[in-house]
Amino acid sequence: MSGSNVPQPLIEARNLTMRFGGVTAIANVDLSVAEGELRCLIGPNGAGKSTFFKMLTGQVMPSEGEILFRGTRINGFEPHDIARLGIGIKTQVPNVFDGLTVRENLWIAASRRNRGKATERAVARELERLELGSIADRLVGQLAHGQRQWIELGLVLLTEPALILLDEPAAGMTEDETVRTAKLIGIIKQSCALIVVEHDMKFIRMIASRITVFDRGRILVEGEADAVLSDQRVRDVYLGKRAA
Amino acid sequence: MKIAGIRLDLIVPGVCGLALLFGLPIFLDLFSLLQVTLYAIMAILALSLAFIWGYGGILCLGHSAFFGLGAYAYAIAVINIGESTAPFLIAILVPTLAAAAVGYFMFYGRISDVYVGVMTLTLALILFNVVNSTSGAQYHIGKAPIGGYNGLPNVPGLNVPFDPDNSLDPGDMYYLCMGLLIVVYFGLRWLLTTRFGRVAVAIRENEKRVEFIGYDSRLHKLATFTIGGGLAGLAGCLFVNWGAYVSPTTFSMMQSAQVIIWVLVGGVGTLFGPMIGAVALSWLTVEVGSQQLIDANLLFGAILLVFVLLVPRGIMPVLIDRVWGRISLPRRPVFTAPPVAAREGKR
Repeated sequence: MSGSNVPQPLIEARNLTMRFGGVTAIANVDLSVAEGELRCLIGPNGAGKSTFFKMLTGQVMPSEGEILFRGTRINGFEPHDIARLGIGIKTQVPNVFDGLTVRENLWIAASRRNRGKATERAVARELERLELGSIADRLVGQLAHGQRQWIELGLVLLTEPALILLDEPAAGMTEDETVRTAKLIGIIKQSCALIVVEHDMKFIRMIASRITVFDRGRILVEGEADAVLSDQRVRDVYLGKRAA
Repeated sequence: MKIAGIRLDLIVPGVCGLALLFGLPIFLDLFSLLQVTLYAIMAILALSLAFIWGYGGILCLGHSAFFGLGAYAYAIAVINIGESTAPFLIAILVPTLAAAAVGYFMFYGRISDVYVGVMTLTLALILFNVVNSTSGAQYHIGKAPIGGYNGLPNVPGLNVPFDPDNSLDPGDMYYLCMGLLIVVYFGLRWLLTTRFGRVAVAIRENEKRVEFIGYDSRLHKLATFTIGGGLAGLAGCLFVNWGAYVSPTTFSMMQSAQVIIWVLVGGVGTLFGPMIGAVALSWLTVEVGSQQLIDANLLFGAILLVFVLLVPRGIMPVLIDRVWGRISLPRRPVFTAPPVAAREGKR
């Protein structure tokens, strides 16, 4: 735990299991994240990271076990109910509104919590924070991959969640964009908890946090970045010789 | 589209609408005015689909179901009640409730877009077949025989609300239909600027993200679909009044297909385009009907093909780009404007 004196974690998975037909994607996973914590999830393809995110956001129902968000059991909740409780997600392939402008995109998210002029102000603030002011009236579908990622991040932030799930936020980004995304995460960390799925070890070192390693649907190890990344088992299942 | 601070996109249709509303009765004879009344009714029907398909992203393949329900609900209610105030409201209420009921199962059952199309198509087919096979005295609702494939002739027309002795003449009907068309058009324009309207458009763009933000997409889709169903019913009600006659063809596939063609030709994702599509193609139907050389269905098939292949975005988006694009400032970032550029290659 992160040393906070509040015993109740922000989100807690208990004995979580997800089966698709005969395939067990997630098996008996116990995981908890504290308020304000930044946690990285790593693991080879098919380890169950995406399925885990899908369960947390209500896109799939766990076969067994339970998910508690601030003590409330949320399995079986609709995705929009979970979003309203305070869990936001940035998916791996950006889910944005391609046919609308950047400003219109942000307006939709901002108006969930704001009304009238306050909505416009929230949009303006977010445009500034993400440094997207110069492209505010461009259609999102016409923008570069990295920009679309940040816009999606903006959509998530405007709903003011207590927990943000980021699925490979740096995937497909240039070196510069990756550095900027890491900085953004540093800023976001001050206001809410994050769970980040990422493959890019350099990126993980940049945001340096506690790491949970998934392997074949189970948790292999959990610990601080340096310890986990030098763990021999982790190297064996995931990093191979490249990470040496 | 703002020039020198003037909202052209509101002024142009507003002025056109009012000019037509008050100008046409001066210049047209009664027969032509009756034709224009029909076009206005069809334009309302086109708007109802333009809203749920073009903005809500819900493809309703059996839109005639709600058009026909409105028509039959009015006819049956007015024959039973006599005075037309309540039947007019019933004619909107019945298709609205039908759309809400069907929509509930479609959207809360989270069936995919393709099956929404299939279900609406099936609904229209079922209604068509049911109504078509109700000839005979045993099939009646109150005093009104349903009439099977013969339909219901001599349906009493609308009267001034709560004044059964004061019925509307064809001139009044023109003002009513044209006036309602203007109200529906600007009503939808307004709706699309509200949070509800914007979220409905966002669902068309990306339903998943809308849910991740925390909006109930099912509820929004249901509301969009229900509004569209009610407006189609209004058009059906006016249509019966126009011809004083209703038949099962109001439920037919041809009727559903026509609306889709109007919207497609006019431009999916616009409101003005589908109205133009409805008027132009309804006019063409009348013209083609008066000669024997070309079959009307063949012609519509050809028009549909030409548009799908050569002008897939429809008339309106192309016009906006070609004409307005030159004289005005960059694209206005308001939801009532069709997201033109993004739709290239999308549909």
